[in-house]
Amino acid sequence: MLAFVIRRLIGAILVLFAVSVLVFAIFVIVPSGDPAVRIAGKNANDQLIENIRETWGFDKPYYVQYYRMMEKTFKGQLISYTNQTNVLDQIKAGVPATFSLSIGAALLWLTLGVTVGIVAAIKAGKLSDRVVTILALIGISMPVFWLGIIVRYYLAEKNTWFPDGEYVPLTANPAQWFYHLILPWIVLAVLFIGFYGRVMRSNILDTINEDYVRTARAKGIDPRRVMVKHVLRNSLIPIVTLFGLDFAGVLGGGAILTETVFDLHGVGQYAAQSVRNFDLPPIMGVALYGAFFIVLFNAIVDFLYAFLDPRIRPT
Amino acid sequence: MAEQLLEVDDLKVSFRTEDGVVRAVDGVSFGLERGKVLGIVGESGSGKSVTAMTILGLTRGVNASFEGEVKYRGENLLHKSESELRRFRGNEIAMIFQDPMTSLNPVYRVGAQISEVITTHEDVSKEVARRRTVQLLRQVGIPNPERRIDDYPHQFSGGMRQRAMIAMALANNPDVLIADEPTTALDVTIQAQIIELIDKLKDEFNSSVILITHDLGVVAEIADEIAVMYAGRIVEFGSTRDIFYDPQHPYTWGLLGSIPRLDEERPDKLHSISGAPPSLINLPRGCKFRPRCPHAFDKCIEEPALENRVDDPHHLDRCWLTIEEKRNLRDLTIHSGRPEAA
Repeated sequence: MLAFVIRRLIGAILVLFAVSVLVFAIFVIVPSGDPAVRIAGKNANDQLIENIRETWGFDKPYYVQYYRMMEKTFKGQLISYTNQTNVLDQIKAGVPATFSLSIGAALLWLTLGVTVGIVAAIKAGKLSDRVVTILALIGISMPVFWLGIIVRYYLAEKNTWFPDGEYVPLTANPAQWFYHLILPWIVLAVLFIGFYGRVMRSNILDTINEDYVRTARAKGIDPRRVMVKHVLRNSLIPIVTLFGLDFAGVLGGGAILTETVFDLHGVGQYAAQSVRNFDLPPIMGVALYGAFFIVLFNAIVDFLYAFLDPRIRPT
Repeated sequence: MAEQLLEVDDLKVSFRTEDGVVRAVDGVSFGLERGKVLGIVGESGSGKSVTAMTILGLTRGVNASFEGEVKYRGENLLHKSESELRRFRGNEIAMIFQDPMTSLNPVYRVGAQISEVITTHEDVSKEVARRRTVQLLRQVGIPNPERRIDDYPHQFSGGMRQRAMIAMALANNPDVLIADEPTTALDVTIQAQIIELIDKLKDEFNSSVILITHDLGVVAEIADEIAVMYAGRIVEFGSTRDIFYDPQHPYTWGLLGSIPRLDEERPDKLHSISGAPPSLINLPRGCKFRPRCPHAFDKCIEEPALENRVDDPHHLDRCWLTIEEKRNLRDLTIHSGRPEAA
């Protein structure tokens, strides 16, 4: 157990290091212009740019710049090149919205996705399976930016049944928090529901043909028990991996489109904004933040896996 | 006369598929008395497993259709509902499957999977079920059953898993034990142990056994009677002695010739039956073995019935050759060690 944690920690550090180097390298390689020019603004003269270059250290070798950036990152002193705000503060400000969106949508897509999969699998080949499968396909095929805008336009603007975007903190007003998040939750979850439903359906249909399910039936066990204990228990194992990584993705700021369409000011939206401004420090900050969740949830998934599947449990 | 436990009468099983109707079992009849072992022998696709699974209703499905009767102590199981059938499954009739590596659920402890079949059919406490499971594991020869009961299937070897499957099948003291190729997936050394175990336990539990295999060598030791199946039919039925020493059907000769023997001079090449079993969708006319049979003649265009053609009234076969012809031809097949139709 301790060995597992240590191995994971070393792995995590290596991954975060690699991510930071890659993000930094991209900024060195792409021809986007000098950060000093960017900071100086539109009407800057050469002298000003030169001064900025010196004070920010852009004249130093890249490895020194990288080292300084990392130092600032871990001290929480990373400053945006575009608007001089503190990156850590900005991410912190986005976290409640991102977490609220992610957790709610994840609950929705996990329960509904699994349910859809079970229904489709039990009714495999029948009309209800076809209907559910086609709905799932439609869900997967609707891009979030399109669905989000359509939903927002028809349900929040044309008909003002729902609030038109923005995030209300849970601590400020729980009812409004919930009310404001309903549409974003649904929009973010739809794609995953369709996807999880299809994966779950095929997992179940694969498991039903396993020899041990035939054994269970030959034992005279009630079909519902066979389904729950012998089929579902095994078909849920791959869903854990999928869910761990998807959930980490949206927690880590991956729900960029949903956050942006509904103007939630979450981490994802912050990332999108920073990319648009070609602003290295926030991109670095968000990338490390996102990578952290991916690494963390990878470890959690591995841990859960060992718990769910005795074959990979260390003896 | 001993108690007739199971009677299969003119059983027909067919499956609708995209390519056509597969007649997996076509008119199979046999009986099973208490304490007896019936061997069903045939190659893959001969319908032996479908016959066995149909007894327990495990082949039911939207595309399957059934005819005939499967009578267990006078009750026709073929017409029972799923929920009525559950009372018999794992309780009065139990089954052991081919591959013990995949037949146990990998995520549950071996003991729990055995106890499950006890608590399903009997209203006993978990402790009682567990005690009985330990006892069963001991009876099937698992060392340290008190400890091994909490192992997961992957911690058992192949042979131990099959022993656990046998324990599971015998847990409720069934009248009929159906073993579907129980040794195919195992090492040769383990095969003999498993067969001996089944033979020993069937007496302890006073059960009858249907032993399905493609290997005549496996049934030789323990079967009382043998049914040789080909293309969904029984082509020869008789006592084990008759099947081995007075086989009447060329297919049986082929099977017997395919057993490697240590007591005879080693042939250059192990005998094999040429060709492949027919498609069960488009069966050949007449005798189903005709296209592969080196002795086929005009009459074989008509299918021979399964009937008694020799002195022993219990020995049945489906072959038009005369007894003399059979006697002359079969030694060539069984002992020559090479395909006689060069």
